Amino acid sequence: MSWPVLSVKDLTITYNSSAGLVPAVRGVSFDLAVGESLGLAGESGCGKSTLANSLLRLLPEGTVTSGEVTIDGQDLFALSPGGLRAVRWTTGAIVFQGALHALNPVQTAGRQVREPMHVHETVASDDEARVRSRQLFERVGLSANLLEAYPHQLSGGQRQRVLIAMALACDPQLLIADEPTTALDLMVQAQVLALIAELREESSLSLIFITHDLSVLTCVADRLAIMYAGRIVEQGPSMDVFQNATHPYTKALAAAFPTIGDPASRKAPSGLAGDPPTPGALPSGCPFHPRCPLAEDRCRTIEPDLRSSGQGREAACVLI
Amino acid sequence: MSAIVSLTDVSVRFGPSRAVDGVSVDVKPGEVLALVGESGSGKTTLIRAIQGLQSVTSGQITHTPASGDRPTGSDRSRGNRGVQMIFQDPTGALNPRQTIYEIVAEGLRIRKESKDEAARVARALSRAGLRPPERFFPMYPHQISGGQRQRVVIAGAMVMEPDLLLADEPVASLDASIRGEILALMLDLVGETGLSILVVTHDLGLAWNIADRVAVMYLGRIVELGPTERILGSPKHPYTRALLSVVPETTRMEQQILTGEIPDSRRIPVGCRFHPRCPLFQSGTLPDEVASRCITEDPDQLDSSATWSVACWAVAADGEPEDGSVGA
Repeated sequence: MSWPVLSVKDLTITYNSSAGLVPAVRGVSFDLAVGESLGLAGESGCGKSTLANSLLRLLPEGTVTSGEVTIDGQDLFALSPGGLRAVRWTTGAIVFQGALHALNPVQTAGRQVREPMHVHETVASDDEARVRSRQLFERVGLSANLLEAYPHQLSGGQRQRVLIAMALACDPQLLIADEPTTALDLMVQAQVLALIAELREESSLSLIFITHDLSVLTCVADRLAIMYAGRIVEQGPSMDVFQNATHPYTKALAAAFPTIGDPASRKAPSGLAGDPPTPGALPSGCPFHPRCPLAEDRCRTIEPDLRSSGQGREAACVLI
Repeated sequence: MSAIVSLTDVSVRFGPSRAVDGVSVDVKPGEVLALVGESGSGKTTLIRAIQGLQSVTSGQITHTPASGDRPTGSDRSRGNRGVQMIFQDPTGALNPRQTIYEIVAEGLRIRKESKDEAARVARALSRAGLRPPERFFPMYPHQISGGQRQRVVIAGAMVMEPDLLLADEPVASLDASIRGEILALMLDLVGETGLSILVVTHDLGLAWNIADRVAVMYLGRIVELGPTERILGSPKHPYTRALLSVVPETTRMEQQILTGEIPDSRRIPVGCRFHPRCPLFQSGTLPDEVASRCITEDPDQLDSSATWSVACWAVAADGEPEDGSVGA
C-alpha cells in the first residue's frame, strides 16, 4: 500500500508585485506516491517553478497562497519555522536549475555538500559528514578528490552532480528537480538522467522533475502533468501523454520536439503561433484559446476544468 | 555551383589549445548545414572564424558571395556584410535602450548605407515575420515577446542581405512552442532569398527539422559529414551513434552513454581523438590491426567533396559506406 509523500489540493499562488496581483498558480491538485516520479512540463511563465518552490515554502514574502499542501503527513502551511526547517532538506530537497549559479564560488564542493548535514544535525561529527560526503560523491559518480575542488574548477556536468549530491545530503524522501539538465549537453544530460534513474532504483525516492522539454520527461517520469497559465491542463501516464496527447496545447508541445526519423517532421518544424500569456494579463475563458488551432466561440468564455479522458488521464478542454 | 564558403584544413589555436584542428567543409548555396557537437567541440570557434571575428592559425576560409563580388578591404574591417550572425539569447543580443528600428538599422548605419534606410528596415522586419513593420519601429525590446525578439535579431541580420547566415543555437533559449516558428522562419528565408545557413547546435531534432546536411564535430574535428537522413538515420561514426542513442525518446537504439566529457583541447588524445571514449574501441571486439591504428594514427580529415564521409578506422576497415567515401 503506498500513501502519498506529497498531496497538493487546489493550490493557488498569487504574487504581490508592484504591477499588482499576479496569479502564478491557479488551482493545482495532485498526489505523489512514495517512489513515484511526476514530470511537470510547460513554458516560461506557466507557473511550474513557482509551484516547485512553494512545495518547500521558498516563495518571496508577501506571496498569497491558498489551498493545501501535505508533505509526509504534515500540513506545510501550518508548520512552525522549526518544523519547516526540519522538512527542508530532510523530507524534501530541491535541485535548482543553472548549475553555474547555484553553488557558492568561494567554498569547496565538499563543504557545500556537508553544510546541510551540519545545519540539520543529521551527522554527529564533522568526520561523519566527511565520510558521508565521500559516499554521496561516489553515488553521483564524482571522484572523491573533487570534494576539495571549487565550483569554477568543475565542468557543468560535474557541478550538476554536486547539486544532486547536496540535495541528497540529508537523505530526503522527495527530490524536486527544476530544469536540472536544461543547460547541459546531450551526452551529459543523458548521464544525469541515468544517474537520477539509478538513484530512484536504489531507494524509494519520490521525484518531481520540471522542464520545458517534454521528450526528457518520458525518460524520467511515470506521470506527466502539463501546465499552461498556472493550471494543469493535461495529466496521465507519461508515454501515453507524450505519444497520444489529447489537449491541443500538449499536442503542440510534443510536436515541438520531433521524432528523428519521422518523415512528417522532416524539413517541417512544428510550432505554435503567438506567445505564452503573461500571468498578469490572462486571456478570458480558456487561456489557451488565442493560440489554439481548434478554438471555438465558447472557448472565449468558459475556462474548462480537468476531467477524465479515460485510463488514468485527465485534460482541461471543452472539446474533450 | 561553387560553395558560398569553403573551409580548407582550418585550424584555430589558442596557445597549446587546438580548438579547431583541421576542418574542411563547404557550405553550398541555398543549403542548411547543421554543425552538431557538444560544448568544447570547437563549433563556436569555427563559426567565429567564418565570420572573421577569429583569425585562423592555419588553413583557408574562402567566402564567395552569391553576387560574385569579392569582399573589399573596407568590408573586412567592418565585418563581412555577406555573412551575418544570429545569437542564442535574443534578450542579451538586443540593446534595451534602442528602438526596434534603430536596432535593425544599425548594420546599415555602421556601413553608412543611408539610402532607403526606412524601406530596407521595413523589408527586413516583414521578412522576419514582424508585420506590419511600421508598428514595431518605435517599440523597445521589453515591449515585445521573446519570440518577437528573436525575429528582431534575424531582421537585423537580414537587413544586410547576407548570402550566409550563421546561427549559434538559435532556439536554445526559446520556449518550446516558439521554437518551431523560428525554425520555420529560417526555412522560409532560405526558400525566399536563396541564402545559406550554417547552424550550430547540440540539438539533433533541430537538424532533423531544418538541415540538408549534418556535420558532427568532436574535439576540433568534423568526424562525420553527410545528408541529414543518412547521418540521423544510419550513422556510421561511433560518436554520432552514441549521440543519437541518447536523444530522449529514441527507442530504436540501445543507449550508449559515454563516460566523462570531451577532453581538454590542450591534450587531444594521440591516434583517433575519440578512442578513449569510443564504445567500439573500448569493447575490445575490434580486430587487432584496427585497434592498433585507433591508438596510433589520426584518421585523415574528411573528404569534403564526398556525399558522406566518416573519419573512423573501424568504419574504414568495415568497408565503404554507400556512395560515400571513408576519410581514412
